[in-house]
Amino acid sequence: MKKAFPIFALLTAVLLSYALYLALVWAPTEQTMGDVQRIFYYHVPSAWTAFLLFLINFVASVWYLVWRSVKADIIALVSAEVGVVFCTVVLVTGPIWARPVWGIWWTWDMRLTLTLVLWLIYVAYLVLRRFSSGTQTPLMAAVLAVFGALDVPLVYFSIWYFRTQHPSPVIGKGGSLDPRMWHVLLINWLAFLCFAFLVSWSRYRLEKTKREVEEMLALEALLEPKGLR
Amino acid sequence: MTSLAAITGVTLRKDLRLEWRSKDAINSMLFFALLVVVIFSFSFNPTAEESRQIAGGLIWVAFLFAAVVALNQTWARELRNQVLDAYRVSPAPANALFLAKALGNFVFVSVLEAVMTPLFIIFYTLRALGPAWQLIPVAMLGTWALVVNGTFFAAMSIRTRSREIMLPLLLFPISIPALLAMVEATSAILTGEASAKFWIVLLAVYDLVFTMVSLLLFETVLGAE
Repeated sequence: MKKAFPIFALLTAVLLSYALYLALVWAPTEQTMGDVQRIFYYHVPSAWTAFLLFLINFVASVWYLVWRSVKADIIALVSAEVGVVFCTVVLVTGPIWARPVWGIWWTWDMRLTLTLVLWLIYVAYLVLRRFSSGTQTPLMAAVLAVFGALDVPLVYFSIWYFRTQHPSPVIGKGGSLDPRMWHVLLINWLAFLCFAFLVSWSRYRLEKTKREVEEMLALEALLEPKGLR
Repeated sequence: MTSLAAITGVTLRKDLRLEWRSKDAINSMLFFALLVVVIFSFSFNPTAEESRQIAGGLIWVAFLFAAVVALNQTWARELRNQVLDAYRVSPAPANALFLAKALGNFVFVSVLEAVMTPLFIIFYTLRALGPAWQLIPVAMLGTWALVVNGTFFAAMSIRTRSREIMLPLLLFPISIPALLAMVEATSAILTGEASAKFWIVLLAVYDLVFTMVSLLLFETVLGAE
C-alpha cells in the first residue's frame, strides 16, 4: 500500500504528459476557432471531474449523516476541496476561450451559471468548515452539503427557464466532434481523473494523519496535565 | 399540550410577544431596509419605465438584506442563560421550535414588506401592468423561501465563530434559485410582458423541498455537540 502511491503518481504524470501532447500537438486544429479551441481539452475534463467530485461529496455527506463515519467526513471534505479547485479551473479557462470565440468574457448561459452557482455553494461549504468549531464541523458541513445538492436541480430549472425567456446572443457549441477530438478529450479526462484521485488521495492521508495527531495530543494533555508536572 | 402544533403555537406566541414589547428586530430591519431603498433610489434615479424593469431586483435585494438582520437575531436570545440547552433536554419536539422560529421570522419579514412596499411605490412611481394580485403569492412564497432556510442556517451559524457574517455566506448561494424566481416573477408582473406562473410554481417547489429537508435535519443540528 505504501508503494502504491508513488507508483500511481508516476503513472499519472506519464498519462498527463501524454494527454498534453495529444491536446497540443496530435489533435487536429479546429476549422473556425483555430488553436484557441485546444483549451477545450482542459476545460471540459475539469468540469466533468469537478461535477463528479461534488457528487462524491454529496454521497459521502449522506453517508456521514446516517452512519457518522469519520472516513465519510474526510472523503466529503477532500472531494469538496479538490472539486472547488477543478471548478475554478473551469471558470478560468471558460472566459479565456469565450473572449476570442464569442467576443465576450461571460454570458449568463445555462452551463456557465450552473457552474458558477455550484462553485459558490461549495466555497460556502468550505468556509463553514473553516469557521465552525471542532467536533460540530462534520455534522454542520454534511447538513449544508445536503442543502447544496438539493439546490442544484432548482438552480438548473430556474436558469433553464430564465434563458429560454431571454435567448442569449451567442451561438452554442453544437455540431459534431471529430472522432480524433473525442479521443483526445477522453484521454485528457482520464488523465484529469487520475490527477484528481491522486491529489484527493494525498489530501486524505494528510487529513487522516492530522486528525490522529490532534487526537493523540488531546489524549496526552488529558493524561499529563501541565500543572502537575 | 404536547402536540407539535400546540408547542409551536406557544413558542411562536412567546416570540411574537417578546418582539412586540422590545421591537428590536423589526426596528433595525425597517430602518435598514429604508436606508437601502433611499440609497438605491439615489444611485439609480430611474424613470418610470426603467423602474418597472429594475424594481423587482431592487425590492427583493433590499428585503433579502433586511431579512438577514432579523434572521441573525433569531437564536441569539436563546443562547443567553442556556435556553437552547434546556430545549435540547426537554421532551418537546425540536421541529416545533424550528417551525415557531420560522413562522415568527415570516411574520417579521411580512410586516417589513407591508411597510416598505408603499415606500417603493412612492420612490419609484411603480404601477403594475400585469395582474397585480399575483404579487401576493410571489411575496408569500418568496418570504417563506428566505426565512425557512434563513432560520435553519441561523441555527447552524450560531455554532460557528464570526456568527453574524456566516449566515449570509450560507444563505445567499442556496437562495439563488428562489431569489431569481422572486425577481423574475415581480418583473414579469410589473412590466406585464410575460407570465409569472412558472416562477410561482418554482417557488412553491423550492419551499416544499427546503421545508421538508429542514424539518428532517433540524433535530440533528439542534442536538449537535
